[in-house]
Amino acid sequence: MADRLFKSINARGLRGAVKGSEYKKEALISYGILVIGYILLQLGAMTGLIGHNLQGQFVPICVYISLAISLNLVVGISGELSLGHAGFMAVGAFTGIVITRVLENSIEFGPLRLIIAILAAAVMAAIAGFIIGIPILGLRGDYLAIVTLAFGEIVRNIMNVLYFGLDNNGHLKFAFNHTIEGIDTSQRVITGAIGATGVTKLATFTGAAILTAFTLFVVLNLKNSKQGRAIMAIRDNRIAGESIGLDVKKYKLMAFVVSASLAGMAGCMFGQNYSTLAPVKFNFNTSVLILVFVVLGGIGNIWGGMIAAALLTVLPEALRQFADYRMLTYAVVLILVMIGTYNPAIRARITAFVNKIKPKKKDKGKEKTGKEAA
Amino acid sequence: MGSVLTVRDINVYYGAIHAIKGISFDVNKGEIVTLIGANGAGKSTTLHTVSGLLRSRTGDIEFLGSSIARTPAHKIVSKGISHVPEGRRIFQGMTVEENLQMGAFVAKPERIAHNLEYVYEQFPRLKERTKQIAGTLSGGEQQMLAMGRALMSDPRLLMLDEPSMGLAPILVDQIFEIIQNLHKAGTTILLVEQNAQMALSVADRAYVIETGRITLSGTGEELARSDEVRKAYLGG
Ligand SMILES: Nc1ncnc2c1ncn2[C@@H]1O[C@H](COP(=O)(O)OP(=O)(O)OP(=O)(O)O)[C@@H](O)[C@H]1O
Ligand SMILES: [Mg+2]
Repeated sequence: MADRLFKSINARGLRGAVKGSEYKKEALISYGILVIGYILLQLGAMTGLIGHNLQGQFVPICVYISLAISLNLVVGISGELSLGHAGFMAVGAFTGIVITRVLENSIEFGPLRLIIAILAAAVMAAIAGFIIGIPILGLRGDYLAIVTLAFGEIVRNIMNVLYFGLDNNGHLKFAFNHTIEGIDTSQRVITGAIGATGVTKLATFTGAAILTAFTLFVVLNLKNSKQGRAIMAIRDNRIAGESIGLDVKKYKLMAFVVSASLAGMAGCMFGQNYSTLAPVKFNFNTSVLILVFVVLGGIGNIWGGMIAAALLTVLPEALRQFADYRMLTYAVVLILVMIGTYNPAIRARITAFVNKIKPKKKDKGKEKTGKEAA
Repeated sequence: MGSVLTVRDINVYYGAIHAIKGISFDVNKGEIVTLIGANGAGKSTTLHTVSGLLRSRTGDIEFLGSSIARTPAHKIVSKGISHVPEGRRIFQGMTVEENLQMGAFVAKPERIAHNLEYVYEQFPRLKERTKQIAGTLSGGEQQMLAMGRALMSDPRLLMLDEPSMGLAPILVDQIFEIIQNLHKAGTTILLVEQNAQMALSVADRAYVIETGRITLSGTGEELARSDEVRKAYLGG
């Protein structure tokens, strides 16, 4: 089923990547959305137009945009259905929490601690991605979805029985399945199913936005690189890919590990945004939610996924005032986005509109639109 | 002339199914060698084994004097073997030219422009369609694209798996004309075909495969005249 789903959309994504000009367009739109979004939200917060509740969503918005971008690397660009993105997020979040706590006394400067934590999260999530990627990337289609789903659940269940704490000397202790003896409640870092407590929040909107920009940079550059073209060629036709000498497993693994690593970084930022964080936050629903962003934005369409992630993260909060109609409105918006991104007629109209308001590049521009219409 | 490819006593299994039962053959420099046989005889399996996608349990495969029996599939192409798989495996969403460029993935960058020109020379139909999305090409054009793409990696041996499959007679003629042109230009070709008549008419040498074994071999002409082949593959 997954295969068929991808076949229909592959064509568009591939063309977008191979042509230099389309790459530039995609990069321009994606970075543009990020920068404009950042400025608008900052202005809104400064002028008080955006209330406190919504301001609390700024970091999660950036995190979910990041996650949508990195999942698109696997689902859209590599063409594999992954249902365990929240698992990598969890690995990153809890790695980050432990690292920042351990470094709390030795490194005073918060942002530096945050950067170290993010790097550590990236490494741990990459290792996790590598370990599960090696055996499963030989599998195809739906099997991969099932194994990644199981991975997400395994991570969450491990977190449920994992205990970390600092002893009197500030050394890290950990235990499985039971609280650690002789450690003061206030020195507990992670307590099984309760999760992390007493986290000194290090995440900021600007930091999260920079991380999102970094994620975008990595994914867009990979997509436009020689390796990226190999990854998409294999997605388009695996046998043809083999026949031109591509190492299928290597490229699949590359996409998967990079994606996992980026998800770990986003997870780390997420974990640094709350003083307490329970493993249940990273359950199957979260993986599906991220996949929904990617699907709604149009699989393989990086900026589409970004917009979907931002809207769907803000929406429940913004709709709070409509109370009774909240879920109804949410569903209607979902449907509208779906129609907007998938309906060729509406897409064409949007494209025509964009072309109209674009500064005319004389003949060149005209030639292009003519071709696209044909 | 020196041997380009030497296959010695390969045995290939799909799980419990013994698909290739001790096949040996060779291809010399500049030759067109064809493997003919009915459906399921093991022709594609043989090519897959040469290109490293399947492994033989016994014997050896030598290419230009060194064994490639244990070489991973993705390294075989850069060694100089290009495999055009059965069924026109092209990158549907890419343009014609992008497909061809992908074919040069393992080639030396400075060769790409030259190879592209060569491919367009051999396949004028592709040159007219450089910017067309490959998925919208006709069946024959897709076959040409798959062949052209294989030539982009500077192969020393070109393996074609049923290039005429499902094509109208006039296109079959065109494809075989191209095969002969490539042959004249010096390309060594291993051709797998069910269309025995056409294959034998262009081949220097031929092997008949039946249920995983080679049952006959000889020059193209000899086999075209032999009674067994005429009865079984040429319709009497
Ligand atoms: N993946 C597979 N798993 C199991 N058996 C296979 C597989 N591929 C091929 N076979 C079997 O191996 C034998 C040889 O198949 P092969 O594809 O090499 O035949 P062929 O000569 O290329 O036939 P055709 O002319 O129809 O393409 C057949 O009996 C086939 O059923
Ligand atoms: Mg076959």
